Amino acid sequence: MSNEKKLILIADDDADYLFQMEAMVKNLGFRVKTAESQAEAEKVLETVKPDLAIFDLMMEQEDSGFILSYKAKRKYPDMPIILASAVTAETGYNFDLYNENDRDWIKADLYLEKGIRPDQLHREINKLLKL
Amino acid sequence: MATLHVLVVDDEPGIRSGVTRILSNYTVGYPFMDEDFDFHLIEAGTGEDAIEVLNNQPVDVVLLDNKLPGMDGIEVLDYIKQQNFDVAVMMITSYASLDLAIKATRNGAYNFMPKPFTPQELRASIENVAKHLFLKRMTRKMQEEGKQIRFQFLSVLSHELKSPINAVEGYLKMMQEKQFGEKVEDYDRMIDRSLTRLKGMRNLIMDLLDLTKIESGKKERKMRDVNLAEIAKMAMDTMEPYAIQRSVKMRLNVEGDPQLLADADEMEIVFNNLISNAVKYNKEGGKVQVIISDRGKDLEIKVSDTGIGMSEEDSDKIFQDFVRIKNSKTKEITGSGLGLSITRKMIEQYNGTIEVESKPDEGTTFTVSLPRL
Ligand SMILES: Nc1ncnc2c1ncn2[C@@H]1O[C@H](COP(=O)(O)OP(=O)(O)O)[C@@H](O)[C@H]1O
Ligand SMILES: [Mg+2]
Repeated sequence: MSNEKKLILIADDDADYLFQMEAMVKNLGFRVKTAESQAEAEKVLETVKPDLAIFDLMMEQEDSGFILSYKAKRKYPDMPIILASAVTAETGYNFDLYNENDRDWIKADLYLEKGIRPDQLHREINKLLKL
Repeated sequence: MATLHVLVVDDEPGIRSGVTRILSNYTVGYPFMDEDFDFHLIEAGTGEDAIEVLNNQPVDVVLLDNKLPGMDGIEVLDYIKQQNFDVAVMMITSYASLDLAIKATRNGAYNFMPKPFTPQELRASIENVAKHLFLKRMTRKMQEEGKQIRFQFLSVLSHELKSPINAVEGYLKMMQEKQFGEKVEDYDRMIDRSLTRLKGMRNLIMDLLDLTKIESGKKERKMRDVNLAEIAKMAMDTMEPYAIQRSVKMRLNVEGDPQLLADADEMEIVFNNLISNAVKYNKEGGKVQVIISDRGKDLEIKVSDTGIGMSEEDSDKIFQDFVRIKNSKTKEITGSGLGLSITRKMIEQYNGTIEVESKPDEGTTFTVSLPRL
């Protein structure tokens, strides 16, 4: 591929968190497109194929991130997806992507807790993009 | 030893007998439980048979195939939910379908198990289900005993408190690292946003205090003759600056006698919430109308606005804790999502009712009816 910067789609309904993630990911040397809702992200995905996507789990619905991942994977099976959320500890949602059962239907490649440090995030993104 | 009754619903006899064989001499125990569980198996070949069993004998766990000859698994799940049976449901699916999974999870299925499964997988799943069921029953028992452990509430609350903290912390870090250069002005937006999030948090805490008043309830309510018109006026005065800013006009109409035997503070909470919503979710230049009418046996309060309104689906949910409608029209409006649930709880303490009628883009009317004691 070219040396053009990779494009990352970030969807999160917390405008502040979205802004901060955007800044962080741009800082890591990527291009960023943002969406403030599941609906908006779906619209973006209709016309753009990002190299990687980071979705918040709870947006319009508490499972928006899952649905979005599912739809995104149907359209772009090879696009890596990170589901970011603060939910594990809080809502008792306990989906572990390394558990085969869950993995079948949660179509994400990685599950991250929010509040991740930039260097950790960078490492995970690079791994998924095979950089 | 305690016994859990497991109902296996599958049209394939092989699966049913397999499950029965695997589980009938299996036991589970947890460090936090006094006794171990063993399993008693009941088999059903159709959804209809399953319902028959559910209605006639004790069942703790249902292993439910989705593809059944007559009614399908989701319908059985629906029935279980409707009847409020105290069971944990695990769906058995032969193909991984997210749509099904989501639908089933929304309807209360606890877990999924893909077909075909190994004995080991089945035992692991049933172990989880048993634990879940046990914890659920424990929680309920504690609640019944008045211990009021509100896991659900607390977990959402911590999410709601954590989000603004994360946001503010994120901005502070960006400033600390001077990510946008040396000029202070370049951080104005971040400072504004931080202040907004902190304000939101303050409001949440205020709402929580109102809520505690209800929860710790019963104790010394100061019931006296209260003039609701005066309380309404007070609430409108509080909102006045914000209403002016948005050029929203507020009006109060009183028909008949606005006196009610009540606690003035509690009535103020009701009016504050309804009127602040009517202004907040209004449009530039909109109107708010408060009508208090004396209906003899009860008093009716109507708060109407010409604001953004909401869909019927949304209006079904707004009285629950922390529910906020998220769309482009509400995006910039802050709130805790607790106001209306507090309001409803208050009103229920007076044996009153609250209803909402709304049309998107046209407006919303909340109608409260409070019986005179
Ligand atoms: N008058 C209204 N018009 C339109 N939507 C409303 C109105 N009142 C309440 N809502 C909706 O109901 C939700 C819940 O209201 P509430 O419990 O008061 O929480 P908050 O105002 O803190 O968000 C609001 O977020 C809003 O979406
Ligand atoms: Mg409110």
